Formats: sequence, structure tokens, C-alpha cells
Amino acid sequence: MQEQIAAIWRIEAARLVGAVARVVRDIGLAEDLAQDALVQALERWPRDGLPEQPAAWLMTVAKRRAIDHLRAQALHAGKREELARELATLGLDHEADFAPALLDARERIDDDQLRLIFTACHPVLGPEARAALALKVLAGLSTTEIARAFLAQESTIAQRIVRAKRTLAAAGVGFEQPLAAERQARLASVLEVVYLIFNEGHAATDGPDWLRPALCDEALRLARQLAALMPDESEVLGLLALLELTAARLPARRDAKGRPVLLLEQDRTRWDRLLIHRGLETLERVHEPGAYGLQARIAACHARAVRAEDTDWLRIVALYDALAQIAPSPVVALNQAIAISMVRDQPGYGPAAALDLLDGLAQEKTLRAYPWLHGARADVLERLGRFTDARQACEAALALTRNAADRELLAARVERLDAYLASASAAASDNIFCINAKKRS
Amino acid sequence: MRFMIIVHATARSEAGIMPGPDDGLMAEMAAYHEELVKAGVLLDANGLKPSSTGWRIRYQDGQRTIIDGPFAESKELIAGYTMIQVRSREEAMEWARRFPAPFGKQGDGGMIEVRQLFEEEDFAPQPGREEFKQIRAELQAQKAAQG
Repeated sequence: MQEQIAAIWRIEAARLVGAVARVVRDIGLAEDLAQDALVQALERWPRDGLPEQPAAWLMTVAKRRAIDHLRAQALHAGKREELARELATLGLDHEADFAPALLDARERIDDDQLRLIFTACHPVLGPEARAALALKVLAGLSTTEIARAFLAQESTIAQRIVRAKRTLAAAGVGFEQPLAAERQARLASVLEVVYLIFNEGHAATDGPDWLRPALCDEALRLARQLAALMPDESEVLGLLALLELTAARLPARRDAKGRPVLLLEQDRTRWDRLLIHRGLETLERVHEPGAYGLQARIAACHARAVRAEDTDWLRIVALYDALAQIAPSPVVALNQAIAISMVRDQPGYGPAAALDLLDGLAQEKTLRAYPWLHGARADVLERLGRFTDARQACEAALALTRNAADRELLAARVERLDAYLASASAAASDNIFCINAKKRS
Repeated sequence: MRFMIIVHATARSEAGIMPGPDDGLMAEMAAYHEELVKAGVLLDANGLKPSSTGWRIRYQDGQRTIIDGPFAESKELIAGYTMIQVRSREEAMEWARRFPAPFGKQGDGGMIEVRQLFEEEDFAPQPGREEFKQIRAELQAQKAAQG
């Protein structure tokens, strides 16, 4: 029963918090009041059995708690009549209106959901605080679950959430959708959180646990929710497509021993065809791609290539050009250089051209400590047959990588290069021997 | 984790009788699936044409035999499916509980069956994973000790 209640809570949490927040206009308080409904359910349902409509039951209790709260406040401030007027405008003056609340006014629910999303992901909060709050109020995760997902202490996450709620209240963030003028900036702040949660699961920077599928799943679910609520927002669809296409590759990201496998070496038969289909389909609805839409198009180039050598690298290079126009960053330049290194038989492309670009990027302060830059240099140098330099670049990457699995991958590469070098020097000494032999003869 | 909600066929669905626009069934199904979409859990959903449009291939001692539909025993046939991605078995159960009677509220409303899909984890044991789990546990213990 406990598990069942938790599951129902998870499905309903955002709707409950959203509906209560519309009444009390404070998502921190709304979350507490909605939690009260959960506590009541945990007390009563195991005893009385599951109600016929558990969602409506929770909604009724949560709203009643909200109104109790307002009444107590009004009583305290001597503003009874004002409250009655206010409740009437909210359509909450008759208790009988509560129960069917789930089935009617679907638009109102959507509106509450959007307000909740924009409030929980408000830019006054730092990205980490936004992520924790989003998982709590939008995804319905418990503090324990969030802590587990982020490999953090429960008390740390609990504090982060309390502080986030306090920050929102102190900044006077109302429970409203942003005005048109600030909508794009606020939306960017929402999408950033979803992207961050996915990335945290996809490429954990630290420690041995480099893949946390649960976080990827949560991010995907949030992105799918956003796309359902904002079906005309190009970047929402772009982000969703990007996450679907990236998640499609997760099953191939490690080998039988649990070690990471690089994109071009992955067994593509293990890619998730359903997610690829969903990603490509979503991408078709993106007509003016922004930064996420362009990244999704790049991911689509990989998804469409049945074999790694079928990848349309020229198109990827062009997409990176477009991406650099709207969101220039050294990492974009790095990825473009890698794509350039992969293009064959085209003047101005290939590993030699890429090496020039990478050497230029190595001068950039932000990239000097970025292991992937050195990893990319190692790759290009190896393809140019410069094994000694490649080994050195590999060592540089290794020195900068903390992630255990990535370290293993790089260490294996150093070993492989050592083997090349050993065989190359053996071949060279054979050569000398031959030359000497010729001289003698 | 992913679950498939399978709608079993009935004599009516096998006869190709579609629910009428007035009986509210289509609207109810659409509303349910919209809920799934808004919750971010719907992966895929489709209705299947009657088995008279399908065929079977039976394999015996390396030989293939093609058998054209329709097939008897309509209850063992499939009329449609809805695939969802959720966090727990209980959540799948709750969504399944909300699934509308696939053939309406009068008489035999049909039957659904819920099955879990295999996941990556279900395949060949991965020695590295156990190692990872152990290291992760140690790391968490370390973090806890520091905190």
C-alpha cells in the first residue's frame, strides 16, 4: 500500500502543488500543504482501503488544507470578508466544487502546471537549487530519492530545497506565468534545469558512477511534460528531441564489463529504436531550431547513421557552424574540430586541419583544463601517425580526468599507444638492421 | 521501466466494428492518453486491425508455414497496445487502473493485460556493474563520513 500511495503521489504531486499554489500563491507553502494530503492518505488508505478516485481525494484534501490556511490567516488579520470575496473569485466558495476539480477545467490545470514550472525554475535560484526543487515539486520525488540520485547527503538536499523556497518567497516571486517580454529568458531557465538533470545522469563528472539512468529518465519525463504543455515552443521540442536521441544511445554506452564505449565504437544495434523514432519525430516539428534544436539535429545525424562510417560529418560541421552563431563556446568549437577531423577527402577537412584548430583551442584558458580537448588531440595525432605526441596528449587528458571509468578508458589508450610505439621502434630497428645488412653485402 | 498495456481483442473488434462517435469511448480513450502524455509517461500507443488482415508464420524443424488470418479464439488476440515508461511497478499499476474499459461500460468491456518490457539490466550479468555498485557504496559511505 505504501508503495502504491507513493506512486499515486508521484503522478499527482505537480497537479496538487499547482492547484494549492494558485490559492496560497507560494509554492513552498503549497508544497507543504499538499504534503499534508499525502500524510493523511498514508494514515487513512491503509486502514480504509484505496478510495475509488485517489487523485480526486488527494486534491480535495489538499485544497481544504489550503483554504484552512487562508482562513486562519484572514482570521488572524481580521480580514474575513476579503477572504470570502477572494475565494469566490477563485471558484472555491463551495466545498462541493473540489471533487470534480480533476476532471473539469483541464485548461486551468495546464495553466497551474506552467505556473509551477516557471516558478520552480525561476532564475533567482541557482541551477542546482532549481534542479532539486523541480524534482521535488514537478517530478514528485522525495528528498531521499533526490539525494540518492545526486549522490548527495539527504540533509544537503533538504537544506537546498528549504533555501530555494525561502529565496523565492524573499524575492517576491509570484505564482504566475511570465509576461511575454520575459518569457523566452524564463523558458531558457526552465530548459537549462532539465538539461542539467539529464547531463548529471548522462555524464556524471565525478567518481565511479558515471551513468545514472534514473536522472536521465526523470529529465526525459520532465521534457516530455514540457512538450505536452508547450507544444508550440520550438526550443522545448528541440530539447525533448535532443534528450530522446541521446537517451536512445544509453544502452550502448558501456560494454559487457561496464566500461564506457565511445560514440563511434558503439554497437548501434543496441540503440533504442523507439526513442530514436520519437526523437526524429519530435525534431520534425522544430522549424526554427535554437541551441537545443541544433544539437538535436546533430544527434539525429548520428542516429540516422546505421554504421559509424555512414555519419554525415559535413552536415554536422555545418550544424556546429549554426550553433556557434547563436551559442558560441569553446566546447562547440572543440566538437566542430572533431567533426572536421572525421570528414574524408575534402580540402580543408580531415585530421591535419582539425589538429590546427585544436592547437588553437588549446591556447584558450577555458579549455586548457578540459580533458576532452586533450583526448581529441590524442585521437587526431594518432590518426596522423604521431604516436609519441598522441601518447603525451593522452597523458594530459588522464591527468585532468577524475571520472573513474573515463580514466580507465584513457589508461587503456595509453597502453595501446605504448604497444604501437614498441612495435614501431622494433620495426625501425629491423630497418636499421636491414640497411646495415645491405651495406655489408 | 517500461510496461505495455495490451488490449485483448473481442468478437466485435475482430469483426472490425469500430466504437461509434456517440458512445464516448473514443473521447475517453483520447482523454486517458492525453493524461499519459501530460504526465510524460506515454511512449507509444496503437490500435491493431482485426486478425483477418494479418498472418502467422509457424516454425517447425526449420520449416516455415504461413497461415493467413483471421484466427479463432479472439480473446487470445491483441487489439491494441499502450506503452508507458514509469518509475515503478506500482506506478504502472496505477496508470493501468485508470485505463478506460476498452470496449465500453456495457456488458463485456474487454480485458487488458500489463506486461513489463525487458530492460538493459535484464541481460547478461555485467561484472563491472557489481564492482561499480561496490565502489559507489564506498563513495557514499565516505561522503556520509565527511558530511
